[in-house]
Amino acid sequence: MEPVRQVEGRAYPWGAKNIDTDIIIPAHWLKTTTREGLGKGAFETVRAQPGNVFDDPRYAGAPVLIAGDNFGCGSSREHAAWALADLGVRAVIAPSFSDIFSGNAFKNGIVPVVLPQEAIDRLVEVARDSEVTVDLETMTVTTPFQDRFPFALDPFRRQCLLEGLDEIGMTLAKDTEISKYESGVASSRPWIAVGAGNEGTIVTGAGRT
Amino acid sequence: MASKPRTLYEKIWADHVVERRADGTCLIYIDRHLVHEVTSPQAFAGLRAAGRPVRRPDLTLAVPDHNLPTTARVDAAGHALPIADPASAGQLAALRANVAEFGVPYIDALDARQGIVHVVGPEQGFTLPGTTLVCGDSHTSAHGALGALAFGIGTSEVEHVLATQTLLLAPSKTLEIRVDGSLGFGVSPKDVVLAIIGRIGAAGGTGYVIEFTGEVIRAMSIEGRLTVSNMSIEGGARSGLIAPDETTFDYIKGRPLAPAGEAWDRAVAYWRTLPTDAGAVYDKSVVLHATDIAPSLTWGTSPEDVVAITGAIPDPESFADASKRVAAQKSLDYMGLAAGTAMQDIAIEHVFIGSCTNSRIEDLRAAAAVVKGRHVADRIRQALVVPGSGLVKLQAEKEGLDRIFTEAGFEWREPGCSMCLAMNPDKVPAGERCASTSNRNFVGRQGPGARTHLLSPAMAAAAAVTGRLTDVRELMSADA
Ligand code: SF4
Repeated sequence: MEPVRQVEGRAYPWGAKNIDTDIIIPAHWLKTTTREGLGKGAFETVRAQPGNVFDDPRYAGAPVLIAGDNFGCGSSREHAAWALADLGVRAVIAPSFSDIFSGNAFKNGIVPVVLPQEAIDRLVEVARDSEVTVDLETMTVTTPFQDRFPFALDPFRRQCLLEGLDEIGMTLAKDTEISKYESGVASSRPWIAVGAGNEGTIVTGAGRT
Repeated sequence: MASKPRTLYEKIWADHVVERRADGTCLIYIDRHLVHEVTSPQAFAGLRAAGRPVRRPDLTLAVPDHNLPTTARVDAAGHALPIADPASAGQLAALRANVAEFGVPYIDALDARQGIVHVVGPEQGFTLPGTTLVCGDSHTSAHGALGALAFGIGTSEVEHVLATQTLLLAPSKTLEIRVDGSLGFGVSPKDVVLAIIGRIGAAGGTGYVIEFTGEVIRAMSIEGRLTVSNMSIEGGARSGLIAPDETTFDYIKGRPLAPAGEAWDRAVAYWRTLPTDAGAVYDKSVVLHATDIAPSLTWGTSPEDVVAITGAIPDPESFADASKRVAAQKSLDYMGLAAGTAMQDIAIEHVFIGSCTNSRIEDLRAAAAVVKGRHVADRIRQALVVPGSGLVKLQAEKEGLDRIFTEAGFEWREPGCSMCLAMNPDKVPAGERCASTSNRNFVGRQGPGARTHLLSPAMAAAAAVTGRLTDVRELMSADA
């Protein structure tokens, strides 16, 4: 993953609330087997409406998206984060995010920035004509007009973003601890092995509803 | 030795900590991993690119469900029929290739055990109390019905679990949702969970793990509990636990992937220690009374837009919150509905009985009981019954439910996600209205422009036979 220190540029001044993952990327786009190319389907239903922010040339390729409460609710599809990334979005600013979406965003180098509604209202206003800066070093969102909104991030996730760390590689370095846990469970909760004590009884089509 | 009373969630969490970090996040061991075709190809590709194996294929189970057409899968001679949509076919082929390459146990589309992951897991005995269970699908919360800490994850996390059998997680807050009393005539588990979401709101459970408690939940079958836990995510909570009890043990015993013999006895002894201790504290509690719960359904485009079937479309102006007023008006515009309309005056064109919320045998029995001796109304364009698994389908056929449905004018399909998500050929056309037993009424969820009302299987059946949203109790009392 590429390190992220600062996201600076135009921002979609959207502010819409309860944007669910079906709006971010409709289900018929999920039949892909790669992470790339989903920007084409991002906000498809929104973009079908004339005058939407995503097709406004002023914001073309904007790296920041400003949204309302509960952004990314709905399904766990990581395609929502891939679609935003493919669209060029590197930070989303909203009063709240769904848990699953914010996890997916981090893992794809998109910063989910939580700011209060007043800050969102102000940023939507500013973003119509000006750039917005999300800075991970200072943990602030700033505008050219002296606005300065501090935000918080989980320290581990912040470090992963700043250093572009591969989370799987970091966990694999804990192999000894994981193996130790596994051997503990093998003696204390042996039924965790699938079909424990039941080996050999699995017949195709067998079972009950 | 008096230790601090703990909740069910805290006990499961504590038993799965591999490593605790200073900031409180933990590396949590994952006991069970369900995999399907839509959220896994990029994860397997990631493993392949990094040269990493699947750490515990034996704790993993893959089954296709989302993309599969629900029309016949084999021709008269028993040969597999091709899948028309090349993208769907590609994803299904990718799953088959990936499970073969990485040695992951797999149930194929043509296997009688195939079905929606969240139906297959409990049915096969793969889902067990006290386990951590994940799947790249938000309705993984369903498995909480058996006392598993189960939640949906994204594809990067799918890759993380495949490679390490762990996840890095921050502990959640706990939310008790207690439903007291006993359910009235014609009120089903679906009505209970709709009432809960109507009460707490679509984001009410964000950041929490729910534990459903109270007499109503205790009295439910595992199938009913699965319906309730399934929709935890529609209330914003990633997991919705229900304490394991005798009902749970009876359900699991003898299932193909469940423990047996001595392992079974040890498992049950452990499972009995899991329920929340007396005196344990939840971060928040909400109490509902069964007497306040009627057969319910949604009127808008959020699962929190819940109303009793005897009620009417609310006036957007009646909401205290300004943003909810705007959202409600937008919902009504999309739904083609006007404030004040009685729910029972709303005509429908489609009926969908299926999805991981309501496609198990009890759901089909409940719907068939209403349909029996009646016929789908003339105005209905399509009425689908899609069993949650091949085994549910076989059982229903053994009981003659398929004939009740087909004689009434329903289509009887092969198992899969079907019309729940507009990803396979089953869709609701733009501007048309569907009475659906699924779990999401989002804009476009059942197809671009499709209008969805979420309700129970019995209510969906009632709507099918009258052609409008209907209080199922009227048809049920007529039966008695
Ligand atoms: S039935 Fe619907 S909600 Fe359930 S797993 Fe399939 S698509 Fe998801």
